[in-house]
Amino acid sequence: MLLNQFLLLSAVLFSIGVYGVLARRNGVLVLMSIELILNAVNINLVAFGAFRATVGGEVFALFIIAVAAAEVGVGLAMVLLMYRNRRSIDLTAIDQLRG
Amino acid sequence: MTALAALEGMDRLTSGEALVAQNVAFAIMAITMVVAALRMVTTRNVVHAALYLVVVLAGVAGQFLLLGAEFVGVTQVMVYIGAIVVLFLFGIMLTKGSFGEDDGVSSEKRLMAGLVGLLVFGVMAAALVDSFEDAEVAREAPSTTAEVSDSIFSTYIVPFEAVSVLLLAALIGAIVVARKD
Amino acid sequence: MSAVTTLAGMGDRAVLAADPLLRGDIDLGIVGIVVLKVVVAFALLLVSVMLMIWFERKLVADMHNRIGPAVAGPFGILQTLADGIKLFFKEDLIPDRSDRAVFKLAPYLSLVPAFLVFAIVPIGGDFSGDGTVTWFGERTYLQVADPPVGVLFFLALSSIAVYGVMLAGWSSGSKYPLLGSVRASAQMISYEAALGLAIATVFLTSGSLSTHDIVATQVEGNWNVLATGVVPFLVFLVAGTAELNRPPFDLVEAEQELVGGFHTEYSSLRFALFFLAEFMNVITMSAIAVTLFLGGPSGPILTDTLGWVWPILWFSVKVFAFLFGFVWLRATLPRFRYDQLMDLGWKVLIPLSLGWFLLIAAMRVADAEGWPVAPVVVVGLAGMTLGAVLLSGAVAKARAERLADLDATEGVDA
Repeated sequence: MLLNQFLLLSAVLFSIGVYGVLARRNGVLVLMSIELILNAVNINLVAFGAFRATVGGEVFALFIIAVAAAEVGVGLAMVLLMYRNRRSIDLTAIDQLRG
Repeated sequence: MTALAALEGMDRLTSGEALVAQNVAFAIMAITMVVAALRMVTTRNVVHAALYLVVVLAGVAGQFLLLGAEFVGVTQVMVYIGAIVVLFLFGIMLTKGSFGEDDGVSSEKRLMAGLVGLLVFGVMAAALVDSFEDAEVAREAPSTTAEVSDSIFSTYIVPFEAVSVLLLAALIGAIVVARKD
Repeated sequence: MSAVTTLAGMGDRAVLAADPLLRGDIDLGIVGIVVLKVVVAFALLLVSVMLMIWFERKLVADMHNRIGPAVAGPFGILQTLADGIKLFFKEDLIPDRSDRAVFKLAPYLSLVPAFLVFAIVPIGGDFSGDGTVTWFGERTYLQVADPPVGVLFFLALSSIAVYGVMLAGWSSGSKYPLLGSVRASAQMISYEAALGLAIATVFLTSGSLSTHDIVATQVEGNWNVLATGVVPFLVFLVAGTAELNRPPFDLVEAEQELVGGFHTEYSSLRFALFFLAEFMNVITMSAIAVTLFLGGPSGPILTDTLGWVWPILWFSVKVFAFLFGFVWLRATLPRFRYDQLMDLGWKVLIPLSLGWFLLIAAMRVADAEGWPVAPVVVVGLAGMTLGAVLLSGAVAKARAERLADLDATEGVDA
């Protein structure tokens, strides 16, 4: 297996995730797109770990999974709070801090 | 798992046929993942988006298995599919009533986002193809859970502790943010 | 063990495919044996589900002083088959307001994990040796697959099973199923943590994740139920019952409150699939409990001819004991209230299994460092007691404050 096939797959997923973060307005969908980006990074880490024959890549993939769990917990709590205050989770509607 | 066991039995041959099998498995999973990811960022139904995300995550777990990272693959299924996406579904059900509602996207925003995405991909692809032309993934044997854990609790013990503290902080933070009072 | 010596000869590569069947070159005969194992496991599971449904109805009827199914076949043993045929020919309804694709997908999402878990359960094999049987001149394990991450595979699949329930309720487009499925998924996720922590103590004592190795460390009556100090086993049983949505934890389909729970809108074959998955999960959960805590198929082999039958017999007897227990619970215990259920899961089972896990870990460290065991155990138990006192104090204080708030704002006299 070529290293590049994994890296290119991860690049495709990363770009799709970037598109999702930029294009969608729904808070939950933006969080999901961030998950997509994190997973693309994970593929990279594990592929490089296999390439260099160390387990370091896998260890960092595990760390990223843990960080993603924390991020989703806090992120969803914020989306929930926003829904409670505004009855909507449209991210473009939060612009009170705009100068 | 039987098919997988058979596959693993085959790659011991280190012959061409094992590589072909691995590449076919890679291609099937990769195509499914990309299609599902595209559907995820374009579908108008939020619950369907979450389900497409599950497909992508399962594909990532499959790629981990292909790369010989079994423990990470199973952890991916347990944590991402079993907890994180379920949390998303809870969020959707709690915020959107019984059905995930549509999420309108303005077309000029879509266009700009698409351009940025393509640009990001173009830059990365050019850089990757340029630097790792024909590099092969040269894994001798799949890594065992014991190797991974030894590595975590020796070389990477400080980041591990940092992640534990981060999780605790996130736990408390999520409760504080989401509390009613 | 002789398996270890052959393993060492094969180098690291053999670690993944530890089943001796897959160790050499793969020819058509070996593929045939693998296919045979898959088919046998599948058929065995289906037949035992059929018998389990009949057994449950018959036994509950006995405990209620009723007769139970008695018409189809001797003792009504073919009742399940008759029900299945009836459901098969019923009209297949899809509600108007449902999300059709997801509605059709959901039953399979609960059935497939139920099937797959059974693949990692060793149902036989001579564990006084290396746990293999010889079929058609090939040595093999009596389990479909033995992945090195074995038990984690079980946990991963049980977390996928949540999706079937959750999506079934959501896609029905109706209130009661949605409420039922939100209850169910919250319950399953909560108890999965306790289940995982209880299983983690088994990893500590057995030193492996593979189900085959876990059974192999439990031969000669050295069962994990005693080696881990009984508490994880009890936690596993309670959390497992909750995970299965069985009585007394069957709030998911509390008929008096929710009509039929998440599958209210399902009929015909799709309903049959949910029903099948539910009972299949009971059997696989019992099989996993036997594998992890009660030594799996290990037991004395009493005759030389047909020696491979005995482990299968011991395994069946142990599983049957669990199945009887599950039915017994259903016939005797009243249902929990939802807040009691969540309290039990989060405030009792998770802290208890976490504390016990730390205690076992401390004992392992004491063992490795050569410290005397007794002081370690005393200090550990003292720490656990202190933790329990602090936790219950915090819970009581929070409760008192909440009631005082309620009293101040609503005038409710607590």
